[in-house]
Formats: sequence, structure tokens, C-alpha cells
Amino acid sequence: MNTTFQFMKYRKIAGVASIILFSISILSLTFKGLSLGLDFSGGTLVEISYENPVELETIRNTLSSNGFEDSQVVNFGTNLDVLIKVADQNGNSSIGDSVYSLLNESGLQGELKRVEFVGPQVGAELRDQGGLGMLVALFMILLYVAFRFQYKFALGAVTALGHDVVIILGLFSIFAWDFDLTVLAALLAVIGYSLNDTIVVSDRIRENFRTQRIMEPNEMIDLSLNQTLGRTVVTSLTTLLVLFALFLFGGEMIKGFSLALILGVLVGTYSSIYVVANMLMSLTLIQEDLAIPEPEGADFDELP
Amino acid sequence: MNKFSIYQYFLILVILVLGFIYALPNLYPTQPSIQVAYTDSGRSADQMLVSDLEDILNLNGISYEELSLVENKIVIKFTNLEQQLESKTVIQNKLLDKVIVALNLEPTTPDWLKNIGGKPVKLGLDLSGGVHFLLEVDIDTAQQGRLELLLDTYRKTFKEDRVKVSSSSIKELVLYFEFTDKNSYNKALQKYRADSPGINGLQYIITEKPASNILLLEYSDVALREIRDYAVGQNLMTLRNRVNELGVSEPIVQRQGANRIVVQLPGVQDPTAAKKIIGKTANLEFRLEANARTSPLRKEEFGFKGNEYTTAFLEKGVVVSGDRVTNANSGFDESGFSQVNITLDMQGGRAMQKASSANVGRKLAVLFVEQKSKSELVVNDNGDSVIEQTSYIEKEIISLATIQTTLGTAFRITGVGTPQEASELALLLRAGALAAPMKFVEERTVGPSLGKENIELGMKSILIGLTLVVLFMTFYYRVFGIAANISLLINLILITGIMSLLGATLTLPGIAGIVLTVGMAVDANVLIFARIREELKEKDPQTAIRDGFSRAFITIFDANVTTLIAALILYVIGTGPVKGFAITLSIGIVTSMFTAIMCTRAMVNLMYGNKNIKELKI
Repeated sequence: MNTTFQFMKYRKIAGVASIILFSISILSLTFKGLSLGLDFSGGTLVEISYENPVELETIRNTLSSNGFEDSQVVNFGTNLDVLIKVADQNGNSSIGDSVYSLLNESGLQGELKRVEFVGPQVGAELRDQGGLGMLVALFMILLYVAFRFQYKFALGAVTALGHDVVIILGLFSIFAWDFDLTVLAALLAVIGYSLNDTIVVSDRIRENFRTQRIMEPNEMIDLSLNQTLGRTVVTSLTTLLVLFALFLFGGEMIKGFSLALILGVLVGTYSSIYVVANMLMSLTLIQEDLAIPEPEGADFDELP
Repeated sequence: MNKFSIYQYFLILVILVLGFIYALPNLYPTQPSIQVAYTDSGRSADQMLVSDLEDILNLNGISYEELSLVENKIVIKFTNLEQQLESKTVIQNKLLDKVIVALNLEPTTPDWLKNIGGKPVKLGLDLSGGVHFLLEVDIDTAQQGRLELLLDTYRKTFKEDRVKVSSSSIKELVLYFEFTDKNSYNKALQKYRADSPGINGLQYIITEKPASNILLLEYSDVALREIRDYAVGQNLMTLRNRVNELGVSEPIVQRQGANRIVVQLPGVQDPTAAKKIIGKTANLEFRLEANARTSPLRKEEFGFKGNEYTTAFLEKGVVVSGDRVTNANSGFDESGFSQVNITLDMQGGRAMQKASSANVGRKLAVLFVEQKSKSELVVNDNGDSVIEQTSYIEKEIISLATIQTTLGTAFRITGVGTPQEASELALLLRAGALAAPMKFVEERTVGPSLGKENIELGMKSILIGLTLVVLFMTFYYRVFGIAANISLLINLILITGIMSLLGATLTLPGIAGIVLTVGMAVDANVLIFARIREELKEKDPQTAIRDGFSRAFITIFDANVTTLIAALILYVIGTGPVKGFAITLSIGIVTSMFTAIMCTRAMVNLMYGNKNIKELKI
């Protein structure tokens, strides 16, 4: 691919777009919050499979007239599978069994597919651990990139990652998609993926800064982005191919996971082009920053 | 140019062959089998049990494929489910509670593979179906119990030593003693100080209030840690015994963190029964034997354990239940007969004292309460034969002894038969003993059908994703694409092989991790190929291939290390299924680097190395 897009011409527009998206996400996260899945909220979840479609209203009525007022009843995947969520009741772990036997006795016999109970304390711990893990991951990556490249790249990379994570969280908040442990796992994978992209681009920018000494920084970055564009598109495409396979055929339990990853690949690809380069431009990356080039690959054995 | 040395090819080949061999066990189907182990967890299965089992099966005309001693249990393999179930029933009927029989599906890995450590990938609960429980041990209650014992002990000691106490109590886990005079206060303080040193450091934190003659005593951190470790350790043992009753083939009972215990029971179909057994607090009951004055309405008849023809009438009221037993062990009395020493907690001790003081000379029975399960072969709606488990409660007398004197927190049962029988009784008593109460803080149950569905869906998405990527790569990079595709397949085999070898657990998110790896693994090759295309503009094909590979390497390395950091953090913070994702992702990153760089290069070298190529199609 021999493209000559002038990416940096639109960097201001992209910057504004990113800031708007980012702000909307922050606003939604602040005022609306995430609709936390069972892992983080605590409570009980029951999945029952029926042979014939069952009116959800019937289940709701049966439950609410028997003391489970604040329960949510939804279809899960098909209209034969029903998912019932009961908010935490002081850490009572036998709600799931009670709900299932209650429905069975009320003539709504189905096959019990899954019961999950998460105590309030465990939920809170998982929340803290998840948040902490995310921060630790960002920090470690910042260190690694700063060590391997230069602090301006590291700042660019971490800004890009923060950008991706906040926007995906924002989307989950705006559309009230369930945020559970698997989505958190997907977010961490997005961090990995997005960084992959960022590093490939940064690597090329670094190489060009060292070898081609005549151009202006914005031309240099445009050249680097164009040189890596083919790879960026192909990799995003193959990854999206498998993710769509997972989203469409992987079943309901990992829908949220694949959705978060699909969004992550899209946002991550965009951010590795615009956010990183934008940051480098704003921090005015100059050749002196990379003046003492370490011999490439000196710390690794040369490949055969 | 662009040639690997013979050693490099050899190394690649060795890794490939190893990966393939260790992935191989996953291709063999499973086979119905049973596992037989002694109920006494301290006793390993032996040759005697082997011959017993052989006799039982032969007598009943049940044919089996193989009977072997594996570690501490015996594994018997069958050709069909009927034989499996029938044998379980006859063995259990014949050997009763001496053994535990668990139904299992044994992998049919051939011996030569087993001998080099080959085994199929372990499936997580979300794929195999089963139950996961997280229980929390209530340390405060354990501490409260200890303090109550301590309060009791010091009250007695002070009385004997003529230390005058005006009031004593326990408030918010602090032992409070007020003394009438300074002399008593000083004596008590000396006693405390003398008692405080423990093996690992001081046990007590003593707060002195000489002005008001008050002494406050708390457990030190060292002591608290000991109490916690003892309570968790004891509960862990109790849980293991209870889980054994369930007859699950590969249960996991492990401590997690400071005061939690994780229990995983793969393949358990009735989580409610499992929960009852695990969470049950009273599997022992101490009851008085009914006498002539007991009204018929207030008594019940029970059989003796191991002797179904003898029965006895017991009162309906329970004096003390098993959750009050804190310890039990076997020993010998003064005349050399075996006995069982029992320790109760304070509350149990008081109840026992009250009941026994009024009934010296009567007999006290220990009733063993067991939640049992029965397996039956039934035909389900789809017409398949499946094994269904139902549970029921069984109560049997394990000891009936005369009360000689008033009993307290510590007492003994004598006349319990042989030392072997005494140790079995102690084990049964301990099995009901919880050092501290526990509560369920997390529970995840996956029905067997959902597990199967998850496997099918996961495999389907891997296949579809793989096919799409393979088609795209072939179309886009042609010959090089095919090389990358072969690397991708090798990558999948290597992931499977490494996971099997490490004994890592495959979960649904783990499968998603593999799918993701498939998408991302080609990235390394894409990077290399894109680079070669670029180099081709100014260099000849051979140089372009060489420089393309070596220049792309550093980028690939940096990019993968950072993903690996994210995966490792995920492994640390994640639980269960998410850990599974982190594992497959990490393994996938490492193997994909190997296959994309080494294997693809080897193929390209074999195709193009040494040749004089004018034009390279890429």
C-alpha cells in the first residue's frame, strides 16, 4: 500500500473529536455510572431454560408476589432462556435456590442452567481489584514504554490508552450495557491491543526521525503513519474478523466481552493514529529527543 | 543466504513434535469409570482393596476393562455406563462406609503418553458444569470462642490461687477482669505475663489500669494469626471430609487468602444437595438414651453404624450438636483401652454439663447424621441414558456409652473397641467439627447442559474465526499467507500442548483468548510481510526477506511484551474464568511470537532460500 494521506492536516479536528467523546464519556460515567454486572454489584443471578416461551410478565408477577420485589427478569439470547437477577439481600446465598424452587412450584418448570451468587463484600473487593489492576497495568506500561522509547512516547501511549479505556467505559455507561468481570478482562486486552498498534506506529516514527533528517515533524509523522497504515488496517481487520465470529457465534455469556473488544479495536486503531501522533506534536517531539540512537536490537540476539 | 542452520531446523522440529505430542491427549475420548478410595482420608488404597474389589466385581458378574491402583485410590474402567453404575452400587453395598465410590469419566490417554506426563486440558467449571463456592471463615467468632474458654480458665485459676475478682466479662473481644484489691491485681498480672509467651511471640496484649484494679487482655497479632490459621486449617479439613461424602472425582478444596476457602466440584448436578453437605453445621448429635420414663412421643429408634440389626431408642431432644465439637482424637485410658477425647466449645460444654449432671448413670449416644446421595440410571427426554443423583439423610448411632460423671467442655468416650475403631470415631467426630462458622460469600453453579453448550459455541467461534483469517491471509499474501496460516495452525497446537502440559484450566473466556490470539497472531506476520514489501522497493528479494524479518522483530517484541504485561496483571487480579483468559492470552502471545518469527521464517527459507529469485509475489 503506497498511501500518502496527510493525517496531520486533520489533527486538530481529530483532537477536538477525541476531547468531545472523552468528555461525554466522563460525564456519563459521573452522572449515570456503569450498570455493574453481578460480579461487581453483588446479588444473585439465575438462568433457567424453558421448553416453550414463557411470558416474562408471569415470572415477574410470581416473583414480586413472593417477596422478590426488586428482581429483573429478561430473556437471555433466545426467548426460551430467562435470566433473573435479584439484588443483594444482606448476603443471603440461598436466594437462587429459593427463586428456582418457587418458579418450579408455580408451574413454571424449566431446566436450571446457572446460578450465581456474589456476596456484597466479594463484589466490592472485585471492584477495587479491577480498578487497581487497570491503574497498575497503565503504570507498568508507561514505565516500559518510557524505558524502551522516550518519555514523550510513553505519555502519548498512556494518553491513548486512557482515551480508549474511558471511551469504551463511556459507551458501556451510555448504553447501560452490563459491565462484569469478562468486560473488564476485555478492557485489559484492549489495553494490550491498542498498545500493540501504538508501539508499531511509534517505532516507525522513531526510526524515521533517526534515518531521515530533513523533514518537518508533521511530515515525518505523516510518512510514518502511511508506512504503517497497511499493517494497521490488515491487523485490525483480521482481529475484527475473529471478534465478530465470537460476537455472533460465541454465545450470550461472552457477548459483552466481544463487544468491548470490537469497540476497543476500533477506538484503539483510531487512537494509535491520532492520539499518539497528536500528543507527540503537542509535546513538540524534536530530533534531539532521539539524538543518541541506541543500536537497534543491541540487547537481543540478531535474528538468524 | 536466508538459510537456517541444521540445528535451527532441528530445534524448531523438536518444539513442534513436543507440542504435538502433548496436545495429542485431547484427541482421545473419555471412558466411564469409578474411583474407589478409603473413607479415612489418612489411609491409601492398597493391594487388599484391589483384590476385594476384583472379588466383588467377579462375584456379581460385572465385567470391567481395567482395574488399577493410582496414587491413593483405585480406578476401574468400564465400557459402558450401566456397568459403571452397577459396580458402584454393588461395591457400596458390600464395603459400606469403608470406601467412597466416585463416578468419573476417565480420559483414555494411552500409557506411553501418560508416562511422559501427557494429559488432556483441564476444563473450568463453566465448561464442565459444576459448582464453585467461596466460603468465608468467621474469625471473630473463633476468637470469641477462645476468649470464652480463656475467661473460664482464668476464673478457675484465680479462684484456686485466691485472687479476688469483683467482676469479669468479655466485651468486644477484650477480656475484662476487675479485682478487689491491689494484691490480687498484681498476682493476676504476674499470671498473665507468665502465660503470655507463645512459640512465635507474645500471645497477649495486656492493658493495665492499676488505679481501678482493672486488667484488660486482648490477643496479640501473633495469637490472632494462629487462631485464624488454626480455624481455617481445621475448617479446610472438615470441608475435605464433607466433600468426600459427595463422591466427586476431582474436587478442589483450597484456602484462598487469609480467611477464605474455595470449593470446586466439577460435574456436580445437584448444587443444592452439595451446598447442604458443605454448609451443614450439625452432622453429629449427642442424645440421651430413652429410659422407661421417656414418653413414646419423645423417643426415636435408630440403628447402629455397621450393624443394621441392632437398634436403640434415643430421646428426641439433642443435647449438643456436632458444630459444638472443636476437637476429637483417639488415645488410651489408664488401663490401656482405647478411648476418644472430645473437646466442646463453651456453649456446648455448658449444655453438656447441664444434661450430664442430672443424668449420671444413663447412656449418652453419639448419632452420626449423613447426607447421602444415590445414583440411578434414567432415560432423559432426549432418549439418552444419564445418571441422576438424588439425596437423602441417614442417621446412625456410632457410640452409646454410660455417663460416669458430670461432663464439661472436655470429656472422653471409653469402651470404643479397637484402636482402629477409636481413630475412626475420632475422625467422624472431627468431620463434624468446625473451628469457626463459615458463610457462603460467592457461589457459581453451571448446569451440565450449559457447560456443553459453552464448549460447542466456543469451538464453533474458533473454527469460524480461524477460517475467515486463513482465507483472508491466503487471498492477501498468497504464498507467504499460506506460510502464515500454517504457522497459525502450529500456534493453536502449541497452545493446546502447553496448556495440557502445564495443567492449566481452560474456561470460556479462555477460549475467547484463543480466538483473540488467532486474530492477533497474524499481526506479527503481517508486520513482517508489510516490511518485506517495503524493502522490495529498493532491494533484491533475498535481502528484502532478510531485512524484513530482522527489522520487524524489534517492533513485534515491544508490542508483545506490553500485551504480556496486561495479561499478567489480569492473571493476578482475575478469578476463575478471567484467569483462564489471562492464561491462554499469555501462552498465545509467547507461542505466536515463536511461530510467526521462527516457523514462518523456516518455511520461507525452505521455499526461497538458496534460490535465485527475480520477483517475489507478496
